[in-house]
Amino acid sequence: MTSLSEAFQSRYTIEFQATTYQLPSGKALISGLNLNVARGETLVLLGRSGSGKTTTLKLINRLLEPSGGEILIDGRPIGSWDPIELRRSMGYVIQDAGLFPHWTVERNVGLVPTLANWTQDRIRARVREMLSLVGLAPEEFSQRRPSSLSGGQRQRVGVARALAADPPILLMDEPFAALDPITRADLQREFRALSLRLQKTIVFVTHDVREALFLATRIALLDQGRLVGVYAPAEFLKAAEPEIRAFAESLEPGGGHKGVE
Amino acid sequence: MNWYQFLLRNRNEVFERSLEHVGLVAASMAIALAIGLPLGIALVRRANLQRWVIGVANVVQTIPSLALFGFLIPVPWIGGIGNSTAIVALSLYALLPILRNTTIGIAGVDPAVVESARGMGMTPRQVLWRVQLPLAAPVLLAGIRVATALCIGVTTIAAAIGAGGLGVFIFRGLAMVNNQVILAGAIPAAVLAIAADSGLGYFQRSSARR
Repeated sequence: MTSLSEAFQSRYTIEFQATTYQLPSGKALISGLNLNVARGETLVLLGRSGSGKTTTLKLINRLLEPSGGEILIDGRPIGSWDPIELRRSMGYVIQDAGLFPHWTVERNVGLVPTLANWTQDRIRARVREMLSLVGLAPEEFSQRRPSSLSGGQRQRVGVARALAADPPILLMDEPFAALDPITRADLQREFRALSLRLQKTIVFVTHDVREALFLATRIALLDQGRLVGVYAPAEFLKAAEPEIRAFAESLEPGGGHKGVE
Repeated sequence: MNWYQFLLRNRNEVFERSLEHVGLVAASMAIALAIGLPLGIALVRRANLQRWVIGVANVVQTIPSLALFGFLIPVPWIGGIGNSTAIVALSLYALLPILRNTTIGIAGVDPAVVESARGMGMTPRQVLWRVQLPLAAPVLLAGIRVATALCIGVTTIAAAIGAGGLGVFIFRGLAMVNNQVILAGAIPAAVLAIAADSGLGYFQRSSARR
């Protein structure tokens, strides 16, 4: 099994080609999605609740299988990747972090290295490195349980866990949505600095326009399972599409209630 | 002669019957666990089948124990008078709480945790053994605890079909219209139930702390 980084070097890390995802009832959550994610970029999937952004993300790590179309990872059809290997080469951070409550911070962060059978010493060193990277002192935090951490600290541990095995791709599903505004701003700033330094390919789901504008190299706007368009942050607010206007107006004073959650 | 004088005078037989009692409970619980845990795990993702199986187990639970012992006597292989019939019936009673708490316990694990486990690249087996079962352990142990207490109680009835146990004193006392003899069976059975329950309760609490 070749790892993602050794594999055929396509220009795009992730390519959606007319991808469709339907529920067994026949309802389409994603229809005809064409979208490319370039190596090293931070692509933000922006949309309202139910727009299909989380579904899109779960198609990338095969938590969901597409009903139609194709998805290429590093130029190879996603179906030809072993799902377990694929997921271990993609960091995954979700809202509320999804940490294992019965494990210490150290074990949580060391999860993927453990699954990959690293030696104990190497795992321990890596966990220390990762905790420092996300701004948590290892001596203070490594033996604590997730339940004794604040929301912001849990999210930091979630990011450390996702980065632990140095995956080339990071998938993030509204990781900062449940945090208070000040903690959220802190984490956004730190994450932005981190992402510029680490050069990962990042797919980041959010419904928060400010967050999208701040973190994205490109913003892909989804609406009811369809891609409205892909924009650089600077273009986004100037675009004329009504779906985008609704988001742009939500940034203006008194416009917050206009069609955006 | 009151019940503890009777107990003291017959302490050898009481001890023997207690051992029989514990043996019946242990054998039944072992079978119920061997069937209930894997079945419960298998049913978590099969909602329709789960309704049926739990429904059947519920129906079995409502059959009066004396009647169930009676029903099983004519059944070939497992039936007849004695231990095996009793163990089959007791296993059926213990099955429901184990089955139900296994499915409820696993289904009750935070879906975000399970999803992140899968998303991080754990195999289904790893998700089960390292995440779902440890997190479901308190609920699972609560089921085992209920099943054990139930089983110790119902085992007293097993004496009616010749399986032995502390129920022997109870039926003997009933026949002799002697409450002291009944108590000589009932009180040790109650002590066993309380001891097993508090022992398992301790396990349950320590698993919840982890």
